[in-house]
Amino acid sequence: MNYVWPIFKREFAAYFATPLAYVFIVIFLFAMGAFTFYIGHFYENGVADLSVFFGFHPWLYLFLVPAISMRLWAEERRSGTMELLLTLPVPLWATVAGKFLAAWAFTAVALALTFPIWITVNFLGSPDNGVIFASYIGSLLMAGGYLAIGACISASTGNQVIAFVVSVVVCFLFTISGAPLVLDVFRSWAPLALVNAISSFSFLTHFTAISAGVIDLRDVIFFFSLIALFLTANVVIIDLKKTG
Amino acid sequence: MIEIEKLTKSFGPITAVAGIDLKVEKGEVLGFLGPNGAGKSTTMKMITGFLAPSSGRVAVCGYDVENQTLQAQRVIGYLPEGAPAYGDMTPRQFLGFIAEVRGYKGADVKARIEAAVAKTELDAVLDQPIDTLSKGFKRRVGLAQAILHDPAVLIMDEPTDGLDPNQKHSVRKLLQAMSKEKAIIVSTHLLEEVEAICTRAVIIDRGRIVADGTPGELLARSRHHNAVTLVLPTAQADIAKAKLKALTGVASVEQTVRADGFAELTAFPKAGALLIELVSALAVSEKWDVKELYAEAGRLDEVFRAVTTHDAARARESRT
Repeated sequence: MNYVWPIFKREFAAYFATPLAYVFIVIFLFAMGAFTFYIGHFYENGVADLSVFFGFHPWLYLFLVPAISMRLWAEERRSGTMELLLTLPVPLWATVAGKFLAAWAFTAVALALTFPIWITVNFLGSPDNGVIFASYIGSLLMAGGYLAIGACISASTGNQVIAFVVSVVVCFLFTISGAPLVLDVFRSWAPLALVNAISSFSFLTHFTAISAGVIDLRDVIFFFSLIALFLTANVVIIDLKKTG
Repeated sequence: MIEIEKLTKSFGPITAVAGIDLKVEKGEVLGFLGPNGAGKSTTMKMITGFLAPSSGRVAVCGYDVENQTLQAQRVIGYLPEGAPAYGDMTPRQFLGFIAEVRGYKGADVKARIEAAVAKTELDAVLDQPIDTLSKGFKRRVGLAQAILHDPAVLIMDEPTDGLDPNQKHSVRKLLQAMSKEKAIIVSTHLLEEVEAICTRAVIIDRGRIVADGTPGELLARSRHHNAVTLVLPTAQADIAKAKLKALTGVASVEQTVRADGFAELTAFPKAGALLIELVSALAVSEKWDVKELYAEAGRLDEVFRAVTTHDAARARESRT
C-alpha cells in the first residue's frame, strides 16, 4: 500500500489538473440526465425507481470509460514518462494498481455526482432505496470492469485513438456477450459449456442482477475477478514490453 | 559500483548492444560516447531496469538489476533522454511525488525537495507548470528528480543536450561537485563535455566498446596529439615548411592558407616526440614573423571518427 498510494495520488490529481475531469463529469452528468428524462421517459413512466437511469449506465460507460482509460498508459508512453515511472523503485503491480484505482476513484466521483437524481426520485415518490444503493454499487463495479479492460488495452499501444477504439469494441463484446448477437456465432459449433461460459461474461447479466436489488456474492466476485484478470494481463503486457 | 557483464540487447533482427563489459567505480565520471544509435541509451535503460537484457547482467551496488530490481533502483538516480516529466505538475508537486515514491515522509519530503532545488537552482519556477518552463528549466527538473535521494549511482542520458552555454556550465559544475561520492555515467554527443568533466571516456559503436580510457589517453591516440601549429605570412611559408620538415621528430607538415592571407603550418610529431620547444626555437632563430604558435593535446573528434562508423554503414551491418 505504501507503494500504491503516491502513484494513486498523483494520478488522481492529474485528472483535475487538466480540463479532462471537468469535461468528462459534465458530459457524463448531462448524458445521464438526457437519457433518463428524454429517452427513458423518467417522468412519464410514473414509477418511483431508478431502473431507467441505471439501464443506460452500461451503454454510457461503453464510450465514456474508454475515454478515461485510453490515456492511462498510452499517454505515459508518448510523453516518455513511462521510462521515469518504471525506473522508480516501485513494483510494477503497485504502479498498475495505483493507476487503475485512481481512474476508478475518478469514475466513482462522477457517479456520485448523479446524487440529485436519487434525491429527486425520493422527492417524487417512495422508491426502494436499498435497490438504488445496490444499483450504484453494481454500476461502480461495472465501471471498474470496463476500466480494467481499457487500462490493459492502453498498456499495449502508444496510440490513444487505437486504445480508445479497441477498448470500445472489447467492452462492447463483454457487455453483450449474453445476447444472441454474440452467442449465435458460437452456438452452431461450440460445446454448450463454452456458450454458457461466454454468456456468463456478460456485464449486462451481472449488472442487471445486482440492480434488481440483490447484491449476490457471485456477481461481485465476477467483477472483482475480471478486474484482477485484466490488471494481471496489464502487468504482463508491460513486463513483456521490457523484454522488447 | 556498476558492474556490467556481457550485456546484450536485440530488438528482433537488430542488435543494439552486443556484449558490453564495463565496471564503474565510486568517484568516476564516465563519459559515454558514440554515434546516434550506437546503443548508449539502450545500455542506460538496461542499467536502470527499464529494459531487460537479452543476455548478460548488470549489477548496481551489488544488486542484480534483473532480480533485485527495486533495491537497485533505490540507489540509482536516472535522467532519461529528454528529461521526461509530468507536464501538468509544477516542479514542487513533481518532486514531491518523486520523494513520496522513494519512500520519504513528512518533513523529509520537504527537506529533500529543498536540497535538490537548491542544487539545481529551480526556486524561481517552483510553482509553474512544467509544461510552461523553458528547455533549460525542464532539464533541471529532470536533474533535480534524479539527485533527489542523493543516489550512489547517477545515470544521465544527455543531461546538457539543448542547453545554452551558461546552462551547460552549471550542469557540469553540479556533476563535478557530486562526483566524489558517486559513480556517474553521462552520455553525450559533446566531446568538449568529456574533456571538461569526465575522468574516463568510453566510446561505443554498433553496441560494442571501441575505446576506453581517460580523456588524456584517448587524446593521445589522436593524430594531432602534440602537433604544433605555426601561423605566419604566406611569403615565409614555403621556407618554413622545408625547415620544419628537417627537424628531428617531425613526421610530416601540413600547410593551409587562411582567409586572412596567413599560412598555417602544422607539424605532426613522430611517436613520442615533443616538438613545441624545437619549433619555437627555430622560429626565433629564423626570425619568422610568427603570428600564432601553439601545441595541441589532441582532438577527441578525430579519435571519435577513427573508431566509429557512419550511420549508413552501421544500419546495413546491423541487419545481418
